[in-house]
Amino acid sequence: MNIWRTTKVALRALSRNKMRTFLTALGIIIGVGAVISMVSIGEGAKRGVEERFNAMGTNLLFVSPGSRSRGGVHTGSGGFITLKPEDAEVIERQCSAVKYTSPSVSTRAQVVYSNKNWNTSIQGTGARYPEIRNWEIEVGTYFDESQVKAGAKVCVLGSEVKKNLFEDEDAVGKVIRIKKIPFRVLGVLKSKGESGGWFNRDDMITIPYTSAMKRLMGVDYISSIDIQAVSMARTKEAQGQIEELLRIRHKIAPGAEDDFQVRNMSEIAEGAAQATGIMTILLGSIASISLLVGGIGIMNIMLVSVTERIREIGIRMAVGAREKDILLQFLTEAVVLSVLGGLIGIFFGVGLSKVLKYISIFSQFKTAVSIQAIVMAFAFSASVGIFFGFYPARKASRLDPIEALRYE
Amino acid sequence: MSNTLIQLENLTKVYQVGETEVQALRGVSYKVEAGEFLAIMGPSGSGKSTLMNIIGCLDRPTSGKYYLEGEEVSTFDKNRLARIRNQKIGFVFQTFNLLPRTTALENVELPLLYSDVHPKDRTEIALRALDTVGLKERAYHKTNQLSGGEQQRIAIGRALLNNPSLILADEPTGNLDTKTSAEIMSIFTRLNEEKKITMVMVTHEPDIACYARKRIYIRDGKIIREELGREGCEEHLKKEQ
Repeated sequence: MNIWRTTKVALRALSRNKMRTFLTALGIIIGVGAVISMVSIGEGAKRGVEERFNAMGTNLLFVSPGSRSRGGVHTGSGGFITLKPEDAEVIERQCSAVKYTSPSVSTRAQVVYSNKNWNTSIQGTGARYPEIRNWEIEVGTYFDESQVKAGAKVCVLGSEVKKNLFEDEDAVGKVIRIKKIPFRVLGVLKSKGESGGWFNRDDMITIPYTSAMKRLMGVDYISSIDIQAVSMARTKEAQGQIEELLRIRHKIAPGAEDDFQVRNMSEIAEGAAQATGIMTILLGSIASISLLVGGIGIMNIMLVSVTERIREIGIRMAVGAREKDILLQFLTEAVVLSVLGGLIGIFFGVGLSKVLKYISIFSQFKTAVSIQAIVMAFAFSASVGIFFGFYPARKASRLDPIEALRYE
Repeated sequence: MSNTLIQLENLTKVYQVGETEVQALRGVSYKVEAGEFLAIMGPSGSGKSTLMNIIGCLDRPTSGKYYLEGEEVSTFDKNRLARIRNQKIGFVFQTFNLLPRTTALENVELPLLYSDVHPKDRTEIALRALDTVGLKERAYHKTNQLSGGEQQRIAIGRALLNNPSLILADEPTGNLDTKTSAEIMSIFTRLNEEKKITMVMVTHEPDIACYARKRIYIRDGKIIREELGREGCEEHLKKEQ
């Protein structure tokens, strides 16, 4: 029997019990659909992260205080007081591959305007911050170098803060109070819409870092430096220059560990992409479990089918079917079942991915259907058919024709 | 020397049922010439079904030799036996054994699925076989819509399909009334006389056995008696007239 004839025989056998065929295929439909839609969520998240990082600019570098060994004891990174505002100034002045730097500190505070108040994040930045981070000003201006130098009591509002404190009122020129200290509003940042995931760029206020350090926090160190390299191609060069310079400035002996960390955006983007990649694998493997369950369903129904059709098997053997023919017939039935389920599952999965875009909690993932996921899920479903169909088919082919013919 | 179709030499068959051994056949030797019409008779448990299964290449003897058209099929493996069943033997069963919810045509075509016949020719060959048993106009009826007699005729059509040298009928009239039985038997007689197909039939109805020109009686796994021609059938023939 050739494959086409066998497939036809299998289709006819399956069509004799349509409801059962559908329910069995449903296991595979759901499995394949789940794999495709879950992977598309993961892929979408990965693309979203990539896009976001690209929007931030790939020629961005960050310097943060790193782990430093104190008497042989290593402490974790962050929370150190090794970075000073002067570090940022010197980097900008002396590193040829660096365009701008912006020291940065952050805190949270209650802000008040007339009878409204709001708790938000306060970011202390340099004057070049919007250029470095690719941010745009909606109305008004950002503070300039002289205001930073002077530690002026000026601020720029994120769009959400503006909405909460001022509603429709014009904010520029008004005075708000941050920790009871009056700050004059210079401008409002353009809304970014989506959040960056860990940090809502619209729900914050920026002020000169000098003002934040002196007036709000009372510290003389900064928590990080944002740096823009001259170009993307020179990011690595800039990183080397910064590291060299800071080691000299921080008097770190050769061979000793740095007390700071320089990371560039592409590194961070890579890390984030890796994290979402892991999420994709995780979602995909959970979904494949349902495919596996679907396969077990096929095996179950094929076993029932073999038992029901023992007589048929006997008749076929009596008229000359060999073991191989019977094996192939039942195996083909299982494979046809799973492949049909797989095909419908592809439509189901792709459809589901499209629908998920319109459901708010998933919409931020911007589901992206990947061809690999489709091919993989389909191939997997076909092999599930072969794997789980083999045992029942073998059982059928091993029947004794005499007993099979006599079976009631 | 005439053309020997079936040659059985001292066949035995032992079944293992739990701890005990059951001797179904205890040394059966016999010869069937091509074109003969043979009835095998005997009470249940006599071993006639076992003998049928071995002749039909569904089973192999424990010892002894079975030659079919000169080939020692008792040594064949399962696949070669399947091939022999497909090419040389047609089966007709008491319970018809047709595929349910399937058309007459598809049932008749079944043996061709496992032979080398080109798909294009299959329908034509099957329709010709249906014509032989007078059911051409029922080709597209489902088997469960047909009467017992019609179902058995379809089964005969299926048995005829690969132009077998031998048709094996196991109680072919067991589930049919007298009139239909006579119809089926006349088809067998016609196939035997016109197409020279060798017929071997198991039955325990003496009047049905009388259609055959040779009868053997089996008891306790051995052939105990052979009747030729009309010997012992006078009563039945009288009844019919």
